[in-house]
Order: sequence, then C-alpha cells, then structure tokens
Amino acid sequence: MDNAEDRRPKSEDQVLMNKTENRKPKTENRVLLSHGAGGKEMATLIERVFLNCYGPPDYAGDDSATLELGAHRLAFTTDSFVVAPLFFPGGDIGRLAVSGTVNDLLTAAARPLVLSASFIIEEGLEIEVLSRIAASMERAAREARVAIVTGDTKVVPKGSADKLFITTAGVGLVLREGVSGGAVRPEDRIILTGSVGDHGAAVMLAREGLLEGAALKSDVAPLTELIIQLLEAGLEVHAMRDPTRGGIAAALNEIARQSGVSMEIREDEVPVNPGVAAVCEALGLDAFMVANEGKMLIFVAPWDADRALALVRQNPYGREARIIGEVRSGPAGRVTVRTVIGTARILDAPSGELLPRIC
Amino acid sequence: MKYIDEFRNKDLVQGIIRRLGDLAAPALIMEVCGTHTMAAARFGLKSLLPAPVQLVSGPGCPVCVTDQYDLDKFLALGEQPHTVLASFGDMLRVPGSHTSLEKQRAQGADVRFVYAPLDAVDWARREPDKQVVFFGVGFETTMPTTALAVKTAAAAVLDNFTLFCVHKTMPGALGALLAGGEVKVSGLLLPGHVTTIIGSQAYEFIPREFGVSCAVTGFEPLDMLLGVEAILRQLRGGRPRVDNVYRRAVQVQANPRARALLDEVFQPSDALWRGLGVIPGSGVKIRGDYAKFDAQARFAPILAQVPPPPPSACRCGEVLRGVLHPQDCPLFDKACNPSQPLGPCMVSSEGACAAAYRYER
Repeated sequence: MDNAEDRRPKSEDQVLMNKTENRKPKTENRVLLSHGAGGKEMATLIERVFLNCYGPPDYAGDDSATLELGAHRLAFTTDSFVVAPLFFPGGDIGRLAVSGTVNDLLTAAARPLVLSASFIIEEGLEIEVLSRIAASMERAAREARVAIVTGDTKVVPKGSADKLFITTAGVGLVLREGVSGGAVRPEDRIILTGSVGDHGAAVMLAREGLLEGAALKSDVAPLTELIIQLLEAGLEVHAMRDPTRGGIAAALNEIARQSGVSMEIREDEVPVNPGVAAVCEALGLDAFMVANEGKMLIFVAPWDADRALALVRQNPYGREARIIGEVRSGPAGRVTVRTVIGTARILDAPSGELLPRIC
Repeated sequence: MKYIDEFRNKDLVQGIIRRLGDLAAPALIMEVCGTHTMAAARFGLKSLLPAPVQLVSGPGCPVCVTDQYDLDKFLALGEQPHTVLASFGDMLRVPGSHTSLEKQRAQGADVRFVYAPLDAVDWARREPDKQVVFFGVGFETTMPTTALAVKTAAAAVLDNFTLFCVHKTMPGALGALLAGGEVKVSGLLLPGHVTTIIGSQAYEFIPREFGVSCAVTGFEPLDMLLGVEAILRQLRGGRPRVDNVYRRAVQVQANPRARALLDEVFQPSDALWRGLGVIPGSGVKIRGDYAKFDAQARFAPILAQVPPPPPSACRCGEVLRGVLHPQDCPLFDKACNPSQPLGPCMVSSEGACAAAYRYER
C-alpha cells in the first residue's frame, strides 16, 4: 500500500479489514500453485520477487529477450517443463520442451537457431522412457529447424522430483526488429492460428483418467515454418504471442496491457474442438483460459490481415486460422468478447488454478 | 454441441427479446442458482432485458452459503496428522478466518480435490493409514453423490472415511428468504440442476404462500430468457405458479432413485447458512445407521476447540440475500478481488462477486 492510500481516512470496513490482516499468520508468504498457473498471481510474483531484484530496466514483458550482438540482434529465452503425465495424447514432455522454447523465440520474430536441454531426473525413471523422450526431442528439433547443442543432466533422490523435469533455453536470430507485445496498434487484426484449449484439456484428461474415449489430442508443435513464412513475406506483423498457460485470455490481456490498447474478440470466430468444448462444459472450464502449445496469436496491420491469414492457412498448423477480433484504442488493457448471442462482456485474465467445479 | 448450441442461437434469442419487450413490466427477478448467475454474466443477459426487468442473485452458490464457522472447523482438521482433506475444487481459495485449503496445502497439509466424492472413498481404501475427510458442500444436486460415497464406504467397511456434512436444501432456504421480506422479488428463476433431483413440485408452496412467480430454468441463454418470459407472463396474468421451462431435464416428481438414496443416508436437520443464519429443516445430517461416517461426530473433541470466526468486513451475506449488488460493495475490486478474496462470493466458480468481477466490471 503506498503512502497516499495510507493517508486516506479509514472507513469502518478498512479498519476492520486491517485488524483481520494483522491476525493472518505468516502462511500468506508462501508460494502457492496458483503462482504458477500463468495468471494474475504469477505476474505479481514475478514482479515482486524477480523483477524487483534483477529485472532489466527495459523489461518489456515479452516471452523472449532480444540482445544486440555486433550487426545482429539475437532473441534469447528459456522455459521449464514439468508436465504430468510425461506422455499424453498428441505429444510428450520432450516435444513440448522443444516446441515451447522455439515458439517463444518466434514471438520475437526470430529464426530459432540453437537450444540447450537440461534434465532433472527422479531416481528410478526407466532409461527406456528417457530414450523415447530424447528421440521425440530430436524429431521436434528437426521439424523446428534448430539444433540441440548443449545440456545438463541431474538425478535427484526418489520423491525429490516427479519423474522428469526438462528446461530448455534457445537462441534465435531476429529477422524483424520491434515485434513485441508492446507494439500493437489500434485497428490491428488479431489472427489465431487454430482451435483453443486442446493441450490443456488433453493433458487434464490424461492426468485424471477422465472421460476416456473423448479422443482429445494436444496441439503441441513448433511453429517455425508457419511464422518464418509470414515474416519472409514482408507483412506488417506487430506482435505475436503463443497462448500457453492461461490460454488466449491471459495472452490477450497481457498484450492489451503492454500496448495500452483494448481489444474486441468475437466468440463465434474462435475455433473450439467439440471434444474440448464438451470437457470444458462438463468440468466448468472456459476454453479461452485453457493452455495451447501449438498456436499463435498474431497482431497484424489491417491492410495485411487477409494476406497474412491466407498464408497462415497454407501451413498444416494453421488450416483453421481465423481473424478473431481487432484492436481498439483504449481503455488500456480491456479485452471484451462479443458473445455468440451478440452481447458484450469482459474477457478477464485468469486467476487461480483450473479446477473442476462442484456441479 | 447438441443441447448447447441450440440454446445459444442468436436468432432465437432475438425472438424472445422482442417478446420480452412486449411483456415488460417492473419486475425484480432473483436467479437462485449460482450457475445462473455465472451464465447471466458470461452471456451478458442483463443488457438484453427490457429496462424495468432486473435480475438479482440469490443464495444459490453452495460454496458461498457455507458458514464461516463450518469452513474453519473443516480447515482445522488439516492440521491433524495423517489426515486428507478432500473437497470439490471450488473450495480451494475460499478464505477461512485464518487460512484456506490452498494455503494449507502450501504449508504441507494433504489437500486433494475430487471429481466425484467416490474419489475420496477410493483414497481411503488405498491408504488405510490415512483419515480421509470429505467436505460435503452443495445442494440436492450434489447430495446423492455424497450419499453414494457414504454407502460405498459402509459397504467396504472403511473406518478411515468420514463426511463433513454441510449440505443444504433449497426449498427451505427460499422460504426463509421470502418470509424475511428483505428483498421484494416478483419472481424466482429456480435452479434446474437441483430440480432434476427434487422435482418442480418441491416449490409449489412458493406461489401459494408468498404469491411469488416461479420458473424452473436451465442454464443456457435461451433457457434463462424463457424463464424470464414465463415469469413476466405470470405477472401479467396475475396468477403466480411454478412453470417448468427446463423440460428436457426436469420433471414434476422427484428423481426416485436419488430421493431413495438421500432418504437412506440422510435425515433433515437445521442448517447454518452464511448470511441467512440457522434455517430450520434446511440441511441434512447423516442418519443413525451411517453415523460412524460423520466427521463432526468423530472429530468432535478437536472441532470443539475451534474458536468462532472473528468479525470480518466481508459482506457476502448481504450479496447472498440479494440485498447488496456485488459492485455496490465497498470492498469490490478494491480490498477484495479473486487473487485476494475476503469472502467466498469472490472466488467460488458460482459466486455473484466472481461473476461480476470476471465479466461485468
């Protein structure tokens, strides 16, 4: 609470609340699972702890940092993968570890070059499992046109980790400068490269052993070809973001805040696979808040929107791409949805964990 | 998706809106169920209704109506060794007086979330060295599933499964709310899910005793607008009754299998509601044959030590009675938000404040 707020006369409610506050034990200051769910709590944690200590002064809030190196500009990013189960319909932790970092590099309009891969392995994991995951990483890296050039291996005692955690870092060569979540402008069209919620829904079902036969598949994929093609065509792309944890709701809200713009999304333009829609209805989840691992939100100037959409659709990972909405000037950070019945409502950034509801 | 898309059809919605325009008269309609509250906010229904027709949320979010003292007692069991606190996910972030399930879990308590209450029985069976306590929250919709869990635990002769029963029944609460007369509602959108279990007959006393129009309503935009239309037609005709506009799921009679299961495991009892106080006959407790599965009895000495909740600034009680709109609460979006909730209505997936915060700010 800042000083200005402190000086305000306190209402009875506030006084009461402060009393309650004082009684709270220290448990307030522990990391909760919601701090890792990709929503508001995570943003707060990052700000309060990490940026507070070592954040770069020009931190933009993008998924990759970009750095000058001689005549070139490099993109640099890292990501950790802790998915359970290790294998799920449509992919595995290895393919995820390559795709996640590659897609983060692509959001900086960079051509991914090299990756590192570090493994934290729980004692007792079958070597055959590790080999299958390594082979999957090799295939994904080949598809993404990157080389895995360095890495690290640690084994921890049983119970100290859940089977396997992977951290990848990546370096890419920036092809177009200035593509950033902060560079979106009013009138920009918002292209979504395909259906939402597939990864999160598939993993949740695999983990809980629910609704077997629902036949959901994760969308996990590296989008190198799709994005590079778009950049090489010289189209005016202002920003890109892969809507992972927190889904498109988190990604759109982040960018609206970064760029100080508002957005309007048309609900009926956002593709949701029937299986994902069914899971979300049954469990009370919002598909807009469920994770994707092979999708991109692309903000493009209105005059290039149709050409960009046509190009994206030529790629196998972009066949279902749509223009789902557009950017408006202010109020900054506000994302609204035009619902299927024609009304308007807020699309808020998710908060807390994704949990099934009571009924 | 079948039975969903048809009920979100824009043209049909427009058609009803035109009819509502012709019927419009001043009416305060309470949507009783938390799922109605969420659906109304998510689809922006309030903006479609003719101006004199207003929607207000009622006491239908099961997590929200759970009394603070009950929640504190359940949370206190998390400090016992070898104890698993099992709950529906909605409860995760609901603030008790000093902690929440989410915070307890971070401190090392064994907190787990079920998809169905039978999950908790499974855990008890597989982990005989643990005491699994399931927090039985919810209305008639969820009660049969907990009744089944208790029966299953009994059949398996488990002595490490208990139910912390804070279930509530809907008709009694509505009666108490209307008898209180604090809010002058002209109609009730009755909860479709609950009514699949108890049948629409359970509400016949409402038009009879209180002269309030009722419509049993589903949860898609079209369902809810049809419910509003039914109520406006009743108001125009001057003959309040219980209409059922959720016929694809709800019948006049109770679901006999569910009813039998409830009667076997539970018996009516008084219940303590957040915001409404003790309402006679509006809850259930575990029947004699199954009494050994009653967590409040088994852990009575521990629960007796839990102090009553300290005063709180939270005004969820008024929100649940329909007296206070979430946005009119001085804490809304200031001291209270989904990341730092002061009360359950802000974090439950069916809470009125959560709906207003998420969709209507």
